[in-house]
Amino acid sequence: MKAVCWNGRNNVTVEDVPDPKLINPRDAIVRVTSTAICGSDLHLYDGYVPSMMKGDILGHEFMGEVVEVGSGVKNLNVGDRVIVPFPIACGNCYFCKNGLWALCDNSNPNAHLAETMYGHSPAGIFGYSHLTGGYAGGQAEYVRVPFADVGPFKIENGFRDEQVLFLTDVFPTGYMAAENGNIQPGDVVAVWGCGPVGQLAIQSAWTFNPSRVIAIDRYPERLAMAEKYGRAETINYEGVDVVETLKQMTGGMGPDVCIDAVGMEAHKHGLEGYYDRAKQAVRIETDRPYVLRECIQACRKGGTISLAGVYGGFVDTIPMGAAFNKGLTLKMGQTHVHRYLQPLFAMIESGQIDPSFIVTHIFPLEDAPDAYEIFKHKVDGCVKVVMKPD
Amino acid sequence: METKMNRPITHRPNVGSAERGISLAAGLAMFSYILTRRPDAKISIPLGLEAGYMIYRGATGNCVFYRMLEINRAEHGIYAKRSVTISLPREQLYRIWRNFENLPRFMNHLQRVDVDEATGGTRSHWVSRAPLGREVQWEAEMTEERENEFIAWRSLPGSTVQSLGSVRFEDAPAGRGTIVTVEMEYNPPAGSMGAAFAKLFGEEPSQQLRDDLRHFKQMMETGEVPSVEGQPSGRSKEFGRSIPERQRQEDLVEEASAESFPASDPPAWISGRKNRKRVTS
Repeated sequence: MKAVCWNGRNNVTVEDVPDPKLINPRDAIVRVTSTAICGSDLHLYDGYVPSMMKGDILGHEFMGEVVEVGSGVKNLNVGDRVIVPFPIACGNCYFCKNGLWALCDNSNPNAHLAETMYGHSPAGIFGYSHLTGGYAGGQAEYVRVPFADVGPFKIENGFRDEQVLFLTDVFPTGYMAAENGNIQPGDVVAVWGCGPVGQLAIQSAWTFNPSRVIAIDRYPERLAMAEKYGRAETINYEGVDVVETLKQMTGGMGPDVCIDAVGMEAHKHGLEGYYDRAKQAVRIETDRPYVLRECIQACRKGGTISLAGVYGGFVDTIPMGAAFNKGLTLKMGQTHVHRYLQPLFAMIESGQIDPSFIVTHIFPLEDAPDAYEIFKHKVDGCVKVVMKPD
Repeated sequence: METKMNRPITHRPNVGSAERGISLAAGLAMFSYILTRRPDAKISIPLGLEAGYMIYRGATGNCVFYRMLEINRAEHGIYAKRSVTISLPREQLYRIWRNFENLPRFMNHLQRVDVDEATGGTRSHWVSRAPLGREVQWEAEMTEERENEFIAWRSLPGSTVQSLGSVRFEDAPAGRGTIVTVEMEYNPPAGSMGAAFAKLFGEEPSQQLRDDLRHFKQMMETGEVPSVEGQPSGRSKEFGRSIPERQRQEDLVEEASAESFPASDPPAWISGRKNRKRVTS
């Protein structure tokens, strides 16, 4: 089969690899009909996630048709159309039973590596480094899905792939960002980053009845998308002081809820930008935390910061004193996708939210190398890329 | 062969052999001082008690102060102790463990355990892997058994490998299941076979035990042990599926992880290439 393989920094290729096989009784094989490139795939593409190996198959946002099920999978049949959550969860451990699916205790075969780095191991994730299991990803014609009796969510026909595909990651991630923000009616919500997660965090934020949503980015087409689909006020951070602007826009209070939909590869002009890039280059820090710093500065006293953008390693110079003395709450983590499938699918079904508006580019899988470049450099107004293996 | 292995783990020596010699010598010296110089009672009584304790410490290798401070300086073989919380009731976990034939399903170094049913399951024959396709065997017996609480076992006197182990099952708080604590000790024989056996456990035997217990937990909670063995990748052409190759691939993953921390080094990590060249793509 054809699969998108990681070969190193800025280097992915489409390779002929063997088809996946059932390995464990609770596995299923899915023929992929649509797969997306996630913003977090760019962290891999840019070489900022440890323990990637040449030849790893990428992709954790995918859906398709079940073509084979293991003896332990009783709730799926060959031919079922499913979307597959990006974290792999067993459904049996303490964490799964408590709805913390992305923290599953049992799904990471390389748990000892993650324990060395993080103290404990999070769940396995498709196509996302050996630290989270080294599972082959879904940017391929076929993919093996472990614990297939727990993760895959059946979609009856009637919805286009693009409408339901984002239930695998970015829609629940945006929604959990809003939920973690503990938005109260009338609150002002600020969202850093107007990529796919930011757009869906804006959409989700409105379901908690805030009075305003303010979106921050530097790409006019992304800001326009946030205005058009997300009814957001916008700040283009090129040439303005975001913290001061937010303060002015909120009568000096600052936003009640700050959502970081950017993560470890934030961009910043000026001295601070060079400072972190230099440290990252010599591996003193792995993640560039500009957005987190701005969130802490901007947030209303006693407010909440919700991190949806991925962090992987270490950050420096976090204004902890500001966070402490302003009494801020910080919430974060990989998304417990399984928890949100049913309620968010209901929103799509009722027409309340149609996440397909984020799709700007559709490519055949063979064009993955170009697709990564276009998405990375945001060429041609690119916000979200979907690839079709056919 | 009556050895320290036959005693419960808590009563085994915790003083190193050189230190035991010093203790014994100091105790005897103090004792002879009292006998020859005959100091008055204010000195001779406390000194006599001290001398007696030092002689006991030297002769038995037991130090009560080390025990209180949880210090253990005795030379021992491969020793490890680990705990894991499994969200299942004690009875279920105990039942699986009580039949030692189940242990090789999650203990990496064990190839096979045959339980002698004639002894009510208390005697068993253990076969362990050793490098280069060799194996090590020994006979073991259950030494203690409290239903749903505790099992202890040890190798029979005269076995090639002296081994001692125990597993404890305790209720975890807040209905989280069971805390399983395993303690294991192996004293491999001298010589090349012993060295090969010791190599199985690497430098960090507790890591081996941690992985074994993780597999036990995965097996019990999910019914399977998660694996990516045999899945496709762009490396598939390079890697076969034979056991040495599989081990090699696991080693490569370890090395890649260590080498690429804190982040993947561009352009890509490549095995054994310590002095990476930058290659433009």
